[in-house]
Amino acid sequence: MKVLVAIKRVIDPYVKIRVKSDGSGVETNNVKMTMNPFCEIAVEEAVRLKEAGHAEEIIVVSVGDKSCQEQLRTALALGADRAIHIDIPSSPEPLVVAKLLRAVMVIEDPGIVLLGKQSIDTDNNQVAQMLAAITQRPQGTFASEVTVVSEESPVSESNGQSNAVLVTREIDGGLETVKLNLPAIISTDLRLNEPRYASLPNIMKAKRKPLDVITPEELGVAVTLHQEVLDVMSPPERVAGVMVNSVSELVEKLKNEAKVI
Amino acid sequence: MGDKKLATLVIAEHDNKSVSVDTLRTINAATEIMSENKQVEITVLVIGFHCESVVESIRHISAVSNVLVVNSDVYQHLLAENVSALIVHVCKEHIGNDYSHILAPATTFGKNITPRVAALLDVGQLSDVIGIESPDVVIRPIYAGNALVRVKSNDEIKVMTIRSAAFDAITTNDSVEPPHAFCIEMNRLDNYILAESSEFVSQQKVVSARPELPAASVVISGGRGLGSKEGFELVEQLADKLGGAIGASRAAVDAGFVSNDLQVGQTGKIVAPDLYIAVGISGAIQHLAGMKDSKVIVAINSDPEAPIFQIADYGLVGDLFEIMPELIRSV
Repeated sequence: MKVLVAIKRVIDPYVKIRVKSDGSGVETNNVKMTMNPFCEIAVEEAVRLKEAGHAEEIIVVSVGDKSCQEQLRTALALGADRAIHIDIPSSPEPLVVAKLLRAVMVIEDPGIVLLGKQSIDTDNNQVAQMLAAITQRPQGTFASEVTVVSEESPVSESNGQSNAVLVTREIDGGLETVKLNLPAIISTDLRLNEPRYASLPNIMKAKRKPLDVITPEELGVAVTLHQEVLDVMSPPERVAGVMVNSVSELVEKLKNEAKVI
Repeated sequence: MGDKKLATLVIAEHDNKSVSVDTLRTINAATEIMSENKQVEITVLVIGFHCESVVESIRHISAVSNVLVVNSDVYQHLLAENVSALIVHVCKEHIGNDYSHILAPATTFGKNITPRVAALLDVGQLSDVIGIESPDVVIRPIYAGNALVRVKSNDEIKVMTIRSAAFDAITTNDSVEPPHAFCIEMNRLDNYILAESSEFVSQQKVVSARPELPAASVVISGGRGLGSKEGFELVEQLADKLGGAIGASRAAVDAGFVSNDLQVGQTGKIVAPDLYIAVGISGAIQHLAGMKDSKVIVAINSDPEAPIFQIADYGLVGDLFEIMPELIRSV
């Protein structure tokens, strides 16, 4: 089967962001950008599926301006086979991203679609679920383990082989395992794997791998706007308090000053 | 907006025995959706199997005007595939209800199901809402809480998940039977929606006598500085002494000190207790996103340069293994 991986270019998670003074957004000029950490995990999982013989081809896709080709090349260096860049001036809302990915699914017919559970800029945690909804496919969100299973189908009319995937999900209070028939949409949690680093030879090889550019119009998807950002603000600043010198002083302050114990 | 009638549907999270605190906080958020200074009518949807006690407690919330109950073993494990289809069915088909707002708690349950509902309705979603300004304007955090955004939704139906830490739980009043609360048993839906292509296999829940992280008024969190599983027991002892919940940094989880459902941070749980004690936690951006709205923050760390001290109300520098036993003795 093919595996499709969706990735996003975001501000590096270790950068201290600056809110623009006019409230229009966050400063991105001359700021270090990177592949969203959850997306890196999705790419790594796809490469492992290929190494385990479950996937023949890995297609990586990103939605955004030309600069996201840098992250697509990174994914190719990590082991993806080819890339699709959906060219659009800025990153659209999750529902539109989901519709663009659905259009790519129609063309490529992947068995598994892997996405990060959320991007660390907009913190939405929506695209995978929305894609599963509009393609009417099962979803395995917040995955910390993915196991492809092949089994005898109880329905005799199919020729004995049906493919499914077991997904262990991180839920509040523990773990849950669900079984999904393919094609399935899976979103990755941090504990799914430890992404590898791209070696220099692989980075050089990635330059020659195919990268197609396509527009939303060519995919037949209208870029609509469901929400408007009115303004972006800095959160209320928390200021450092006092340093105490002993446990007894700490306990005294918590009891008498803060009155929390 | 047009002149659409406003009505809110809250999706209840529960374990078939009691309603979750996150749901009570979500109902409280729903009361802030005001039209002409009047609270917009709230209906709570309870999907489950033998969940009478859940319904009973929700009926005692005076802000709630209707409770809809769907009771079937088909929904025992709340799989996203059929639960989201059911919610859409309730919104579109059921007794002419026409909801302008659909709210769910921003827990793993809500995050899993709600975007699927939004997409089936062909609308966007507002995730992790921390403030409601008007029926179509909300505030939500972005960049791990390092920025806040005011967003206006132009959708006919506003689908939102509500961040628990930003709202107090609404009170249930057992002594008053609100006359306006009634239940509609939807036991006889035309046919129950089966989850296509997905099935529940198993669940491994961590059983603990301590309070739940999101609901606790005191949280003690441990990090890499505790060095080992045994070192982490100091955190547990202090939590037990203070009747608090335990949390952890990602480093402590990855090192295997505790199970990962205790992780506090952007990718774990978001908490805002009255007292948060961070033990051996440096204070990475991702961790701060999960706790920086706590009322009082205490940091105990051997490194005086640790970033956690920049947001702590009270900081104590020193050897954890000397400080913690003394602290446990003296509280």
